Amino acid sequence: MAKSNKPIVWGLFAAGGTLTAFLLPALVLLTLFAAIGFAPDLFTYQSMRAFAANWLGKLIIFGVITLSLWHAAHRLRVTVHDFGVRSDLVVATIVYMIAAIGTISAIFSLFSI
Amino acid sequence: MNSKPYVREISKTGWFFQQPRYMRYMAREVTCIFIGAYALLLVVALKRLAQGPEAFQGFVDALQSPLGVLFNLAVLVAAVYHSTSWFNVTPQAMPIQRGEEFVPGKMIVGAHYAAWAVVSVIVLIWGA
Repeated sequence: MAKSNKPIVWGLFAAGGTLTAFLLPALVLLTLFAAIGFAPDLFTYQSMRAFAANWLGKLIIFGVITLSLWHAAHRLRVTVHDFGVRSDLVVATIVYMIAAIGTISAIFSLFSI
Repeated sequence: MNSKPYVREISKTGWFFQQPRYMRYMAREVTCIFIGAYALLLVVALKRLAQGPEAFQGFVDALQSPLGVLFNLAVLVAAVYHSTSWFNVTPQAMPIQRGEEFVPGKMIVGAHYAAWAVVSVIVLIWGA
């Protein structure tokens, strides 16, 4: 039987697409508030550190980052093809590599908090 | 046999400018660049958070630069466009059958928008 990694990347794409659709507009609005200084207490070191300290917070952070990354990576692979680039293997390697590096970096950061 | 078959010329790079619906498709697909960039921003933020108070403050300062504000604005627009385009195709992506009949598409889309509103309110209350 021919093996394919399509179900994995497609599953991550769909899960990430759904999660980001529900969560990201509100989350980006929060970081925008922090960026314009509208909510100065929002991104304090203490509060963020406390959120990332317990396993539930870690799980939420890991889920949001990882699924967003893999959703974007898979869609970007297809979109680059639509823009006329036909070297899919190179493109797929680059975008999945970036997503993997982001995933690993997030794991290391979370373990050291 | 026709020795000179008609070949419609289609640009490989600019084909989506030909029709509004192709443009909407590409706009939907391009949102992934902003979502991916934002995810990488979160990766960096998490790394700075793990490194300590000074590193994290450096990240917040960078976030509050004009470029940081502009970036967040751009991602916000892309994220909202992604959400609407994602929810609008849910009847095609996951049709729900009840007995003989399919649940009307408007109900499936509406339920997603309602859930989106609830999630957004929860996140905003939690954050503010």
